[in-house]
Amino acid sequence: MGKLLHFLKGYEKESILGPLFKLLEATLELFVPLIVASLIDVGIANRDLNYVIKMFVFLVVLGIVGLSFSLTAQFFAAKAAVGFVKKIKHALFKHMEELSYTEIDRLGTSAMVNRMTSDMNQVQSGMNMSLRLLLRSPFVVAGAFIMAWVIDGQAAKIFGITILALTVIVYGIMLITIPLYRKVQQKLDGVLAATRENLVGVRVIRAFGLEEEEKKDFADKHRELTAGQKFVGSISALTNPLTYVVVNIGIAVLIWQGAIQVEHGILTQGAVVALYNYMTQILEELVKLANMIVLLTKMVASGNRIQNVLDMESSQEFPEETLTASRKEMPHVVFENVGLRYAGAAEESLSDLSFEVEKGQVVGIIGGTGSGKTSLVNMIPRFYDAAYGAVYVDGINVKDYKKEEIRKKVGMVPQKAVLFKGTIKENIRWGNPDATEEEIWQALRIAQAEEIVLGKENKLDFVIAQNGRNLSGGQRQRLTIARALVRKPEILILDDSASALDYATDAKLRKALQEMEDKPTVFIVSQRTVSIQHADRILVLDDGRPVGMGTHEELLKTCEIYQEIYASQFKKEVSGS
Amino acid sequence: MSEKKKTQKDILLKVWSYIKRYRILVLLSIVFAGIVVALTLYLPILIGEAIDYIVEPGKVDFDIIKGILVKSAVIAVFTAVLQWIMNNFNNKITYHVIADIRKDVFERLQILPLKYMDGHPVGDVVSRVITDADQFADGLLMGFSQLFTGVVTILGTLIFMLSIHPGITLVVVCLTPLSLVVANYIAKNTFSLFKEQSVTRGEQTAYIDEMIGNQKIVQAFSRETISLEVFDETNERLEKCSLKAIFFSSLTNPCTRFINSLVYAGVALSGAVVAVNGGGITIGGLSCFLSYAKQYTKPFNEISSVVTELQNAIACAGRIFELLEETPQVKEPENAVVMGEAEGKIYFEDVSFSYVPEQKLIRNLNLTVNPGQKIAIVGPTGCGKTTLINLLMRFYDVTKGAIKVDGNDIRDITRKSLRKNYGMVLQETWLKEGTVFENIAMGNPEATMEDVIRAAKEAHAHGFIKRLPQGYDTYLTEDGGSLSQGQKQLICIARIMLILPPMLILDEATSSIDTRTEMKIQEAFGKLMKGRVSFIVAHRLSTIRDADVILVMKDGNIIEQGNHEQLLLKKGFYYDLYYSQ
Repeated sequence: MGKLLHFLKGYEKESILGPLFKLLEATLELFVPLIVASLIDVGIANRDLNYVIKMFVFLVVLGIVGLSFSLTAQFFAAKAAVGFVKKIKHALFKHMEELSYTEIDRLGTSAMVNRMTSDMNQVQSGMNMSLRLLLRSPFVVAGAFIMAWVIDGQAAKIFGITILALTVIVYGIMLITIPLYRKVQQKLDGVLAATRENLVGVRVIRAFGLEEEEKKDFADKHRELTAGQKFVGSISALTNPLTYVVVNIGIAVLIWQGAIQVEHGILTQGAVVALYNYMTQILEELVKLANMIVLLTKMVASGNRIQNVLDMESSQEFPEETLTASRKEMPHVVFENVGLRYAGAAEESLSDLSFEVEKGQVVGIIGGTGSGKTSLVNMIPRFYDAAYGAVYVDGINVKDYKKEEIRKKVGMVPQKAVLFKGTIKENIRWGNPDATEEEIWQALRIAQAEEIVLGKENKLDFVIAQNGRNLSGGQRQRLTIARALVRKPEILILDDSASALDYATDAKLRKALQEMEDKPTVFIVSQRTVSIQHADRILVLDDGRPVGMGTHEELLKTCEIYQEIYASQFKKEVSGS
Repeated sequence: MSEKKKTQKDILLKVWSYIKRYRILVLLSIVFAGIVVALTLYLPILIGEAIDYIVEPGKVDFDIIKGILVKSAVIAVFTAVLQWIMNNFNNKITYHVIADIRKDVFERLQILPLKYMDGHPVGDVVSRVITDADQFADGLLMGFSQLFTGVVTILGTLIFMLSIHPGITLVVVCLTPLSLVVANYIAKNTFSLFKEQSVTRGEQTAYIDEMIGNQKIVQAFSRETISLEVFDETNERLEKCSLKAIFFSSLTNPCTRFINSLVYAGVALSGAVVAVNGGGITIGGLSCFLSYAKQYTKPFNEISSVVTELQNAIACAGRIFELLEETPQVKEPENAVVMGEAEGKIYFEDVSFSYVPEQKLIRNLNLTVNPGQKIAIVGPTGCGKTTLINLLMRFYDVTKGAIKVDGNDIRDITRKSLRKNYGMVLQETWLKEGTVFENIAMGNPEATMEDVIRAAKEAHAHGFIKRLPQGYDTYLTEDGGSLSQGQKQLICIARIMLILPPMLILDEATSSIDTRTEMKIQEAFGKLMKGRVSFIVAHRLSTIRDADVILVMKDGNIIEQGNHEQLLLKKGFYYDLYYSQ
């Protein structure tokens, strides 16, 4: 959290003036008991009405000045807090965009979104409160103590002991209950998860006749929760009664002491009333401070989570400029004994992978679920780095490319067809911000998406809803293909992208790709042999290892796994295609 | 309005039925609250009296002061003890009412018809069970106790103040409502600012969700700079309207505090004037008055926020009771048959069914399934394939006709024994939080590790389970944690391989598994299901070619029926479907 504070830069004025005005206001408040004391000792004792009215006016003026100070403080605090969070948001958003896929995997997208939203809100309200109150309460407590001391040194001792006792009670109870509350929260999360699980799995639970077991499980979980809630509740319920007792005993001792001092002529009656008022003020502020601390712990926890992400460094470094080709004689894409291991994974996801692809060739990649197909293609635009070996594009190691440059060469069509809120045109232009309408239409035609767009009202200006909700899976998929094509990529990667397309469209797409003018090198990842059997070369993966490479005909003869995959789909495809 | 009042009264009555069980605690809590408030208010009077005996040098009555101070200390301790006990009572009532309500709701969920679950989003039901229950109990019980102490405090303060001096009391009573007016005025005027803030914040959150949620795509297309620019634009706007909303709403506290200090000054003035004119107020009385003046406004501010809280609590309670009062599924007849191991003869007799009356789905379906048959159901999306399974499992009841298993109408068989005869694997996998072992052994709690491993091997799941960090003891979090969809399906299949029921239902059960593994699993099922009945819904027609009977469904009707070869020869709908894929 501490490191985040430098984002207050540019708001130094506000973050100093805010607390300062708050302190000024508090100082004014401290004078109130003194004024009342002299009102009693001078005004009432001497029956001086003019003095009484003077003191009254004084009180009202103090109130007005206090109000204006406090308004100023609120404004500066709000301004600093809001600006502070705006700057952190900007920095975090930017930072997240610089993280590599490895860090994105590690964080998980929902955590990333939470850092940007709920944690930020927590920090904002915590910061706002801190600027306003964090200094105020200790200041008032200290001020009341000093005032008491000025009035009477003896009384100050009583104040000191009372403050100490109150602090121990309030913070002691907090120290005990905070971890307990956390545990209770975990138990509540458990009950929530159990409810959710029961609802989601209702068919399976009823199919297995497990209703009674579920009820028992839930009741057990909830019993634990209730017991925890009652336990922590009974401890935190001690705060108010204990502080009440301490303050009132403090007051009793104070009055006793005051009585002795008055008897000796050291104090006046009004001074005793003032001391009494200071004592009640202290209690009020300490309780406020305790609430403040709860908010503060939440803020610090959120702030630390944000800081952790900001501290996370991208595991990839990109050179400023692309190096010149070191091995010009190389084919278009080359994998040289490549291995990939994801961060934290026990085993390699790809091992000992070597192959070469000439410009314009079509490569099919096939294999079972989890065999490493997607991992392989993700290494070409350098989404992940090889654990050993190297990937070359145009004779240059992908690690020697400038980031934008290697990404520009590749048109990626990911498995999950993601589109963004905005018009079709805007979405396609993700591929190439400068694409003309003609180029967009051309890409749509090749991607077999022309009819989709023609079928929409407003054509290219049709507005896609968030996550593409107003389009079908197949439509989304074809638009993401067009988005990749509009870049005129040297390398096109279709990662199982035809899975939502029917066989006929899939075939048309492949044909259109073949007929393109500047034919890109194409990688097709698929589970269906029919999608890749016409490829110039097919790579068969099993558990991250290459187990066969060649054309469809060759593999049918030599590769056992390919034969099995083919056989599992065979009859249909023969009669189908 | 009166309608609304009536439902509110209804809800409160139902709420009372839950609180009733703790009525003694409630009563005690109220009595204690009354005593605590009275004593808390009495204490400043005592202190004031003590101060009155400290006049000036030589005029201090130590004996009386001592007596008063000891009395006040004893009262403080007594009050504190009562307060703690009262807090514990309140906690107990709150948490037990929550627990009771949740338990009832959860039990109700177990007997609600599937129709309810299918018609309500999970998140909505969960939030009723968790959040609404919490808010309702918190809001209602805490609200009432705050309201009660608030009112008692106000009344008590008034009485005490009147007893000291009616004239000065008038000053307090007249000035205090000002702070309520001010607070209300600010709240009303900041509402639109808050709304603007929440709209802008919503917009920003949606954008974060899109761009950070799909960060990989953003990077793949080098859109980092552009998306940051768009983000910054909303960020600037949010800063502006947040500043306004936060600043204006934060005016409430200083303003009410200002009014309070006016009240305070007013009391000081009028008190002093009265004292100077010898109007019968002592210095102690004045200091006591001053401390009342400080306290008096607090319950007013609290009460206004409690009222909104109570409204909210009643709304939450309404949502919970709505769920509690949903009609449960049809009760089983008294003499329902407990079916043993079924033979597997199934009849659909003139079955009609629809989810909503206006839209007929299945009409007059007749079908006979013999033991040992493999039945495949195919057809376009929405044709009623899954509906058929809902009917077989009796997740829904037929609207007309009957389904019979081994000669018994399934409505005359206990649900539990009927369902136990089916092994069901759905496309939507469901894993419980727990170990892999527990998940596979779900249908048979007595299964040994050997049994489970055997089942996993049959399901071709043993290989990947072995490689998990703790093998079969690996703890899976909600919904299978990091397992892939295919792996989850394999575990669900292993679950069925363990119990080997006489009848099997596979609804797109292998859709996420690669075709090669799928074929091997099919083989394993083929071996295991000899002599048993299986129903298979499949998207890939290649996997069901060897079925004994293929039912081709369209718009809720079975339009063709026969084996693969027969259907192809027919050159009908199946033929088209088969070659279009």
